[in-house]
Amino acid sequence: MEFDLSEEQVMLRDTVRSVLTSAYDVERLRAVTDTDLGWSREVWNSLAEIGILGLVFSEDDGGMGAGHEELSVVMEEFGASLAPEPLLGSVVVPGLLVAATADDATRADIIGGLSSGERLLAFAHTEAGDRWPHAAVATTATDGALTGTKTLVDHGDCADAFIVSARDADGAVGLYLVAADAEGLVRTAYRTHDRRRGAQVSLANTPGIRLGSGDASQIIADVEVSTQSALCAEAVGATTRTLEMTTGYLKSRKQFGVPLATFQALAHRAADMFASAELARSMSTYFTASLADGDYDPIIASRAKLQVCRSARHVGQEGVQMHGGIGMTAEYPVAHYVSRLTAIAHTLGDADAHLARLSGSIKDWDMVTVG
Amino acid sequence: MQLRFTPEEEAFRTELREFFTTEIPEDIRRRNAEGKLKYPEDLVTTTQILNRRGIAVPAWPVEAGGQDWTPVQHHIWREEMALNFVPDLLPFNAGMVGPVIAHFGNDEQKEKFLPVTANLDLWWCQGFSEPEAGSDLASLKTRAVRDGDHYVVNGQKTWTTLGQFADWIFMLVRTDPDVKKQAGISFLLIDLNTPGIEMRPIQLIDGSHEVNEVFFSDVRVPVENLVGEENQGWTIAKFLLGNERSGIARVGFTKTKLARAKKLAAEITTPTGTLLDDPAIASRLADLENQLLALEITQLRVVAGSANGKQNPASSLLKLRGSQLQQDAMELLADIAGPDSLPVAGVDAALANGTADVDSPVWAQLAVPDYLNYRKVTIYGGSSEVQRQIIDKAVLGL
Ligand SMILES: Cc1cc2nc3c(=O)[nH]c(=O)nc-3n(C[C@H](O)[C@H](O)[C@H](O)COP(=O)(O)OP(=O)(O)OC[C@H]3O[C@@H](n4cnc5c(N)ncnc54)[C@H](O)[C@@H]3O)c2cc1C
Repeated sequence: MEFDLSEEQVMLRDTVRSVLTSAYDVERLRAVTDTDLGWSREVWNSLAEIGILGLVFSEDDGGMGAGHEELSVVMEEFGASLAPEPLLGSVVVPGLLVAATADDATRADIIGGLSSGERLLAFAHTEAGDRWPHAAVATTATDGALTGTKTLVDHGDCADAFIVSARDADGAVGLYLVAADAEGLVRTAYRTHDRRRGAQVSLANTPGIRLGSGDASQIIADVEVSTQSALCAEAVGATTRTLEMTTGYLKSRKQFGVPLATFQALAHRAADMFASAELARSMSTYFTASLADGDYDPIIASRAKLQVCRSARHVGQEGVQMHGGIGMTAEYPVAHYVSRLTAIAHTLGDADAHLARLSGSIKDWDMVTVG
Repeated sequence: MQLRFTPEEEAFRTELREFFTTEIPEDIRRRNAEGKLKYPEDLVTTTQILNRRGIAVPAWPVEAGGQDWTPVQHHIWREEMALNFVPDLLPFNAGMVGPVIAHFGNDEQKEKFLPVTANLDLWWCQGFSEPEAGSDLASLKTRAVRDGDHYVVNGQKTWTTLGQFADWIFMLVRTDPDVKKQAGISFLLIDLNTPGIEMRPIQLIDGSHEVNEVFFSDVRVPVENLVGEENQGWTIAKFLLGNERSGIARVGFTKTKLARAKKLAAEITTPTGTLLDDPAIASRLADLENQLLALEITQLRVVAGSANGKQNPASSLLKLRGSQLQQDAMELLADIAGPDSLPVAGVDAALANGTADVDSPVWAQLAVPDYLNYRKVTIYGGSSEVQRQIIDKAVLGL
């Protein structure tokens, strides 16, 4: 077994880390997330230059040909620095869908644009009342014209085109490429509590181009599993950083004439936070490794996300508590991490949802076979 | 043992409920239920209606405008307020400075301040904490130096809740730096219009502005604004903080949140029924309801046992567990909101604290900001860690 990163992966991590840490401290982060776009074009271009945007796509399509392990390495750095650039929402998720469905020419065209940072897509899938694992897809496609409303489109505010899931006349779910300025498309942009962006997109007889044929449900499910893995890695980065910030604060903040770290009541809880963070890292690593093996197993996804959500909440809440009043403020980063971790939990299933999935199929497996 | 309320207590409850539901404007109670109170108007209106009836400050001494109620009646009053979404009274007036002036103030101070404090004609804020003096409150540095018939105050206070609406601030200041730190502190009342005071907002993580920093440079405060004796401030502070803790369990508030969580979970459909049928959500709710019942009965035991008017050290337990349950309820609501909790504002309205004009319900859009905001309740009013130490020392003798 091999849990350490390869030399190339370490280089990748260090490169991304240096771009993001030189781009963001809490003040610059707040300044950027306050703009209408909510993220920085400049940082985006740097990420494109070092190949991060094309990381997971094949070289033939204009990408780097790297895989899930590399994506996890990058997402962990995004989590650690709270970088708001929409790598997942605008590139990876829609790009993987395109890679799995589009014909050669379309694929190379779209993915080339995503990798270079010129194109921004968004996956318009969720509808009102949907929550993972259930997506009803009531949006219809009739002769290439789409009608319906897609809510909670991650970074749909800045996308120049959408990948829209819609139900064909025969009941199959298809994926359609729809330009943002297509006729009958109206988008309402919003801000999220973790200072990101999204949009609600309504379509009325809006023209779209179907990507591939047949039912895309399994493709969507597989891409969701990949996304969950990326989110787990991002959460691990944010959790680890929250722990570091908290232990740093315990060492520097003095009350009663001594550093907070000298109070055992706090120090022991920091040890528990450490345990939580490491368990999350283990499950995230296990999940990523399973994907690297080509195993898109939703049960593994649920196991990992359950642990990651639990750890993230524990570490986040303790992080704020141990900072005292300072932890509640917008000027200090710790609560921003908690907000992001909460948003990650609520994307593609929180701990309760994954626990429900696991408990619903508890009879289907044995953890060990004894005797 | 007598678990049930007496018929008189039940009648008292009914009378209060009737008053709250007919006299406190419906729209104020609705805004309170939704977590969108208008400050300061809603609080002023409510307080003045209650005060006309003589029930705005029942815990004060009778001669100061309080009520001769039993501890159980106080409990019922507090609970009925919460269950009917009557906004909490401004704690700085009703729970803190009012009782302090009533107990430690001189006649002029009582006459000048008590009626306006009860009626919220004068809005108070609390100037205890400083950047370097949080849990270790006694290490505060803001200096007050006697100069003829004035004190000259220099220093900084922080975390002053709702200070932006306040007329006056009650402060702990250091009047003697050369003695043991608890011994050199005094309790001072300061008009915020006095020259030399500057207040700056602190933005919290949920975008709200409810706390402030306050800076004092050569602020001249008449000596008549000293409450009690010079250097007696720590005794007064302990009295005040004891009062602060007792109302903080907020069982009634948490009940309303859990009831809401249950109702909303039952309205959210899933492929197999509603979210309330989801075993993970259902067991969380059942567990929280049970913990809340245990806390409520504990609170009643404390209430019933504190008939002689003395603070029961078990009130720390109420603060400790009550604040955790408030947080757990907010956390559950955030999880019931799930992905619909993500949008919170339109793209052009970052700081407006409004909601986004999309299909996610408004309650869901408010759920995570509320959840984040409620992380404060285990920090202020004596953090959970501080409450545990009080229990360790005063109850367990460790
Ligand atoms: C929203 C909000 C509103 C507030 N409103 C007011 C107000 O109106 N007026 C006012 O005067 N103050 C107010 N406060 C201040 C509040 O009382 C302090 O935040 C609180 O006393 C904690 O102090 P601190 O923030 O400096 O944290 P610190 O004292 O630095 O503590 C940091 C962490 O260490 C823990 N800790 C500290 N000492 C020990 C120890 N000996 N053993 C174990 N653990 C320890 C704390 O519990 C906390 O978890 C408010 C605070 C908040 C967050």
